[in-house]
Order: sequence, then structure tokens, then C-alpha cells
Amino acid sequence: MKSPVKKWIRSNRLPPIWCPGCGITDSLGCFVNALCESKINQDKTVVISGIGCAGRISGYIDCDSFHTTHGRAIPFAEGVKLANAELNVIVFSGDGDLFAIGTNHFIHAARRNINITVICINNFVYGMTKGQIAPTTPQGSITISSPQGSTQQALNIQALALASGAVYSSRWTAYHRKELTYSMKKAILKKGFSVVEIIAPCIPFYANKNLSLNSFRKIKQFYLKNCSICKNISLEKICLQKNEKIIIGNFIDIEKTLF
Amino acid sequence: MDRKNLTGLYFWQGNTACAEGAIAAGCRFFAGYPITPSLEIMVHMNSRLPELNGICIQMEDEIASMAAVLGSSWAGRKAMTATSGPGFSLMLENIGLAIMTETPCVVVNVQRGGPSTGLPTLYSQSDIMQARWGAHGDYEIIALCPNSPQECFDLTIKAFNLSEQYRVPVIILIDGFTAHMMEKVTVADDNSIQIVSRNQPKQLADISVDSKPDNLLVPPMANFGQGYRTHTTGLTHDEHGYPDISTEAQNKLISRLVDKIKLNSDKIVITEQICLDDADIAVISYGINSRTAVEAVKRARKNNVKAGHLRLVSLWPFPEKKIRELSNQAKKIIVPETNMGQIVREVQRFADSNTQIVPLNNAGGEIITADKILKTIMS
Repeated sequence: MKSPVKKWIRSNRLPPIWCPGCGITDSLGCFVNALCESKINQDKTVVISGIGCAGRISGYIDCDSFHTTHGRAIPFAEGVKLANAELNVIVFSGDGDLFAIGTNHFIHAARRNINITVICINNFVYGMTKGQIAPTTPQGSITISSPQGSTQQALNIQALALASGAVYSSRWTAYHRKELTYSMKKAILKKGFSVVEIIAPCIPFYANKNLSLNSFRKIKQFYLKNCSICKNISLEKICLQKNEKIIIGNFIDIEKTLF
Repeated sequence: MDRKNLTGLYFWQGNTACAEGAIAAGCRFFAGYPITPSLEIMVHMNSRLPELNGICIQMEDEIASMAAVLGSSWAGRKAMTATSGPGFSLMLENIGLAIMTETPCVVVNVQRGGPSTGLPTLYSQSDIMQARWGAHGDYEIIALCPNSPQECFDLTIKAFNLSEQYRVPVIILIDGFTAHMMEKVTVADDNSIQIVSRNQPKQLADISVDSKPDNLLVPPMANFGQGYRTHTTGLTHDEHGYPDISTEAQNKLISRLVDKIKLNSDKIVITEQICLDDADIAVISYGINSRTAVEAVKRARKNNVKAGHLRLVSLWPFPEKKIRELSNQAKKIIVPETNMGQIVREVQRFADSNTQIVPLNNAGGEIITADKILKTIMS
């Protein structure tokens, strides 16, 4: 008898391709727990992902899944949901895929309030291609394409979600497993455009160079110590900055007419 | 699926006829972005689809439109988009995704002068090679070219049927002139309109083409939500759909994607001809220029010149066999095109080296007149 959690994983595809200790693996665990707890119909669920390390997640969930071109998971998902509203449509991808090339689609899907869930692994770099700077890389970070430290302000995913009209948005880390699972479940069940941002710095290409941390255990300790859970806060204030406390929590939860 | 039967006689522009053809074929999803000279298709779909429980959505750009079309197709709804050159260029990456994931869909390119912003309100036929080779990588594609509003209706139905049968995007290359031209269109009654839909699996093993090879080399397609829990990716993949980054997987997959069209080209190619049986001089044309070409051939015959005309109704796959046969017979082949010479290259490739191939070109905006074609026939 398969455990309720195991039933959501394509166990014949394990072990996953991510580095040992990668936050994506833990996020996968939380996601599968959330799917279980949400009790949604497994045969009517579609997981759509883009290109990058996080994008590989669609290969491991045991439901209809689709791996699109870079940045285009959200409009593909919109097509799916509009064509068959009965389906539970979840986009699960990375910060580079969703918030560099894909930002435009994020904004418009949120604006339309299409009933899909968007889960974003924010690992602060383009991990699959060896750690180039991403729109979400905190200013001053050292990456392979910003060896002197990046000079760009990090994109504030939460503020963007608010400005675009998302009905639900939260930010957790891969290490706050209980809160993350709960938030994912909420986002999956919520009617309207729902967003969950998961902070999980890439170990070899970000955490190593910028946090001087090189193991899951050390990163988890760091985030549990340096995160501050806030509820009522102006979202423009929570842009991720190097060497500053990280604000996490459930930020947006409103009702709006669906598309 | 319900089809609102519009049986009857109409006076439609090509774009309207194309939209109605899509509806007759069972298309119930349109995602697009407005661009001259194709926007009438989206406007018409927007006025018709809601009453048929269809979805018509204007997306933020052409890239999103093509992505949404793919999503809809996988969710089980026949889907289409329409654009022009600049938009088609943007759609190419997702057309590649459609090819690689074998997603049935129809893309209309109402061609205007290019490159770049070009001539928004003047037509051309200059995206022919782009339709064939625009996406990166190796593949075969199907492209159809109507020469009248009636054909815009009929060939759109054909396009949907071919795309469902071969699980490949089908491009409809309408030239801007034919798209805006208004002519009589007869919509046949429901019983005489043939509709083809994708083969569906009866069990999970069916989607793996190895387990059940058929003559068409096309695996059945499981839609989302039917309980098959399939994985589909643009990465090179094995017969179950999972990524397999290896030379073996690449050769196996790409050969099949190419073969499923190439080896079935006899069933896909459509041509039309007049006075070709004894022709010394042949004119090969497509789209709006075929209307003037036919006129030129008729005038030549009146002057006792053995001229004939071959119209390419499907542009891709290219009718190699027909060209080879024709070049054995005709001493001169004239190819009028409103571009700098695109189809003529294919004719040159397959024609006998003794046949004189004469391109007749206009870079955009003007139809090659019957007079000009006749002059070239007679010279």
C-alpha cells in the first residue's frame, strides 16, 4: 500500500537530478505533502514547469506534466486552464524562468486573475547554467557573471505580485517546511492567481560564495535564524538585500472575480 | 463537439472564411495578438466562439499566444492562432516545442511585406522558407496555401485534420491579398464536411510508439485530465516522454518526427493543374499569383503555345515527385512569386538540369500580372 505522499511521486524517476542538499528537493517534499493535504483529484491535476533546475520538478510528480520552453510555463498553463476549467493547474518553476524571460507573462496572468497556482523556487542565480546573475540576485552578490558584485537591485517578487493583482502571495524558505506546506496548500486551493515564493539558495553557485555556507544543514540554520515572519508590511520594503534580515510570511490573501 | 452549422452562401473576405473554417473543423480555442493584416481572424473568432462555448483570448504577445494554443491542445481543445510575419517570427520557438511534443495546432500567417516591420498593409509571399525552416533544429512541417476565400475556408478544415492526424503544427500561409479579398464562399452542410481528430490511447502503453507501431508513425495522444499522467517535454525524450539526453534517443526521435511527414508526403501533398499533360512551358505558382498565372496560361494556349500551370496548394512538404516528372517534360518552368525567389529554389533542386527555370519576382506589394507572366511564357 503506497503512502499518501508516495502516491504523488514518480518513484521510478528517483533519485532526482538536483545536488545533494538542494532546497528544491525539500520543496518537492513540501509540495507533495501539500498536494496530499489539499485532497485534489490526482487525475485532474497538471504540473507545468519551465527551464532550469526547478523546472525539472514536473518530471517527478505523478500527474499530467509538461516541461515548456524557457519562461513560457504561465501562458501554457493559461491555455490549459481556459480549455478545461475542471483541471487543477499548477506552475512550478524557478526565478530565472518566471522572473526574467517570463516576467511579462506573470504580470498579465495575475492581472487577468486566471485560476492557477504559481510556485517559484528562488535560488538567486541561474543554477543549471552554472550560476549567472538572475533578476532576483540580491545587490552586491558575487556570481559567475558579476564577479565584482552585482550592481542591480533584486526584483521584488512579492511587490510585483501585489502590483499585478495576485489574490494570494507568500514568501517562505525551503527550510520552513511546515509553513511552506501550509502556504502551498492554501495557494493550490485558493480561487484565483496564487503565488508562493520559496527561498532556496543554490549551494554551489550562490550560498558558497555569498553566505559562506555549503551544506543544507548550515543554510537551514542560517535562515531559521535570519528570517523574520511578518504579516502586515508594505511589500516594497521586503526587497531581498544582502546582509539584511529576510522578511517572510503570507502577504496577500484577497478575493476577486475570476477571469 | 457542437458545430454551429453555417451552411449556405456567403460573401466573405479570406480572413473571415478562415475563421469559419476553423469553427467548422471543431476549433474551440483561439489565442492571439492583433497584427495587420490578420487581426480580422481574431475579431471574428471573438464574435463567434463564446456562443459555441469556445474560448477566444487576446494574449499579451505572440509568444504567449502560441504557448496558450499548445496548452489548450493538450487540455483537449483544438486550438489556433493567427498572425503575420513579425508575430510568426516570435512564435517560432513554441512552434518548435509543438513539433517536438507532437502537439496538434494550426498557425495562420497572413503574409505581409518584410523583413522586420516592412509593409504592414501590403502583401507578400515571403515567409515560405521561414515556415519550413524557421524553428531551430531538424524537422518536417506541413504548410498550406489558399488562393481564394473559399479555399481559406476549405484549407483551414484540412489544416486541422492534418494536424490532428499527424500530430504536427500546420501552417496556413495566406498572402495578405487573399486574406482581404472578398468572394463567394459556399459552406457545405455538416454531413459533407469531414473532420479528423487525434487518435486517443485506450491504455497507458499505447502512448509509447514502440509498443504499437503503426504505418503513420504517430503515437496516440493522451489529453490532460484523462488519467494517463503523462510527462511531456521539449527535451529529447524516450518513447514514454521522459528526457533522454543521448545520441541514440535523438536519432530515434528526430528520425521518426521527420519520417512521419516525409514517408506520408504522398497522402499530404495537394496540387492542382491545368493544361499540363502536353505542356512545353510550365508555370508553377501558389496563392494570389496563381489567379494571374492561370489567366496567362489560357491566353498562351489561345496563341497556340503549349503552356500549362501547376498550382501548389500545399507548399510543405514540397511535391518533389511532381516537379521531377514535370521537368522531364517541360523545357521551361516559370515561377512567379511575390518574394525574392523562395519556392523557385525548391523547383531548381528537383528539376532536371536541362530545364530552364525562370523566376519572376516582386519583393512585395504587387501581384505578378498575367501580362508579365504571358510575356515570359512567350519569350
